[in-house]
Amino acid sequence: MKILVCISHVPDTTSKINFADSDTKFDKNGVQFVINPYDEFGLTRAMWFKEKQGAHVDVVNVGGQETEPTLRKALAIGADGAIRVNTEATDSYSVAKQLAKVVTDGNYDLVIAGRESIDYNGGMVPGMVAALANMHFVNACIGLEIDGSNATAIREIDGGKETVSTVLPLVIGCQKGLVEESDLRIPNMRGIMMARKKPLTVVEPIEVTAKTSSVKFEKPAPRGAVKLVSPDNLDELVNLLHNEAKVI
Amino acid sequence: MSVLVYTESENGKLKKAALEVASYAFAVASQLGTTVTAVTFNANDASVLGKHGVSKVLNVSNISQFDAKLYAEALKQASEKEGAKVVILSASTDSKYLAPFLSIGLDAAYASNVVEAPSSVSPFTVKRTGFTNKAFNYTELNSDIKIVGVSTNAFGLVENETSLTTEEYTPILSESNVNIQSVDKATDKVSIADADIVVSGGRGLKGPENWGMIEELAEVLGAATACSKPVSDLGWRPHSEHVGQTGKPVASNLYIAVGISGAIQHLAGINASKVKVVINTDPEAPFFKAADYGIVGDAFEVVPALIEKLKKFKAQNA
Repeated sequence: MKILVCISHVPDTTSKINFADSDTKFDKNGVQFVINPYDEFGLTRAMWFKEKQGAHVDVVNVGGQETEPTLRKALAIGADGAIRVNTEATDSYSVAKQLAKVVTDGNYDLVIAGRESIDYNGGMVPGMVAALANMHFVNACIGLEIDGSNATAIREIDGGKETVSTVLPLVIGCQKGLVEESDLRIPNMRGIMMARKKPLTVVEPIEVTAKTSSVKFEKPAPRGAVKLVSPDNLDELVNLLHNEAKVI
Repeated sequence: MSVLVYTESENGKLKKAALEVASYAFAVASQLGTTVTAVTFNANDASVLGKHGVSKVLNVSNISQFDAKLYAEALKQASEKEGAKVVILSASTDSKYLAPFLSIGLDAAYASNVVEAPSSVSPFTVKRTGFTNKAFNYTELNSDIKIVGVSTNAFGLVENETSLTTEEYTPILSESNVNIQSVDKATDKVSIADADIVVSGGRGLKGPENWGMIEELAEVLGAATACSKPVSDLGWRPHSEHVGQTGKPVASNLYIAVGISGAIQHLAGINASKVKVVINTDPEAPFFKAADYGIVGDAFEVVPALIEKLKKFKAQNA
């Protein structure tokens, strides 16, 4: 089984978000970049398929050279090879087009991508890759077993979960639950050393016209100070929620 | 050319989110000088959509249960039939599942997590959340057909009494390739996605055995229950209740955080909620900087007392 894990290169979850060039660009100054947490769950599950079922696991990112440390980290965690599509990730559609090309060229059986990235939060890429590469698709995936070419997946639905069956080739959009937080791996020294020798292939992008463009960013308006209510005066809280906030 | 909107139902009954996206669709249709056509699947009675600006309903009943690929096919054909240039979806799990298929099928740009009516229709520009609610982004949709996914509780319900016609619509569908084996869904509980009010507990509650009062508070308010990341990592509560940056997003009208300190990742995930209340013993907890109302106090005393007050309030206002 050939698995491709799509890796987004995103600001660390604790990053303060700022913008530059009159709020048209994300300010990368002083920001630490990591593997998108949703993708990390997927990578960890892929490692399980590698170790238990002998799968070959590649990782891929669409981005400039500055994203390579993130791909190297994925290699240090245990992926066999990495691919970087050498272009700026402009919008979800153009990223999905680039990824679909990699998926088709590499004849992958299973594509694992995080349900969304924590920067753009589009939640579009996994499904678009499936549609473009003509593969089956399960989104919000919190469980996946593969047996030969059959797949059983659990997907989250609003208020519960659903178990579905399908066949490879398959794309999943995954989230926490696919593996536990405690299963996530930190690269060890041996992994880091080995990662240096693993192939990181740079491929040139195909021509794609983006369908969306970012005009500008805006930070949420600063909020007023919290209104403190004494624990001995809960009637006041009920009153505020009813008459002032009008939420009960 | 109308504006097409996918209005979701459950057991034949339209969901509240359906009325919100219909309201949004009406706002877009007004900007474009056109009308709204809604697509429902197996809805028993879609007349309520007329209250929220829908002129025409196409009800599809040749698919018995949700299937992202087939629903996307149905919506694609419906939008072609109506000559729709804009398609509106919600932020539900199902909408987000089918949206990428529809986007590729219609060769349409798609913007998710949109929080306001378009700031301009030419170029078509929407405001959406990004960086997990830490920022907004104005995005231009540059294709002929545009798909807008509207954030839950962002636009609200707007009444626009409209004369409504309903017709059965039978799209041509391909074979399903993802088959449902079983569904595990709590029918007696409010889901986080649909909830107006969410009551959430953190590590300050000391152990899973203390969740009774969280559930009771939620019950009094008709709220969904949720929890912080450490609580789900410790296995005190199921993952499905984890809200925050890598968990479920919350966009409720009221979010009550009990014993949650307010890590930046947690706050990002719940920031879209309109009114936030925090109950915590530590006045230095970061959540107090993000909340509208705060109580510095012991949850084990405050929550039971609050439940009693709310019961009294509900009895008086019933």
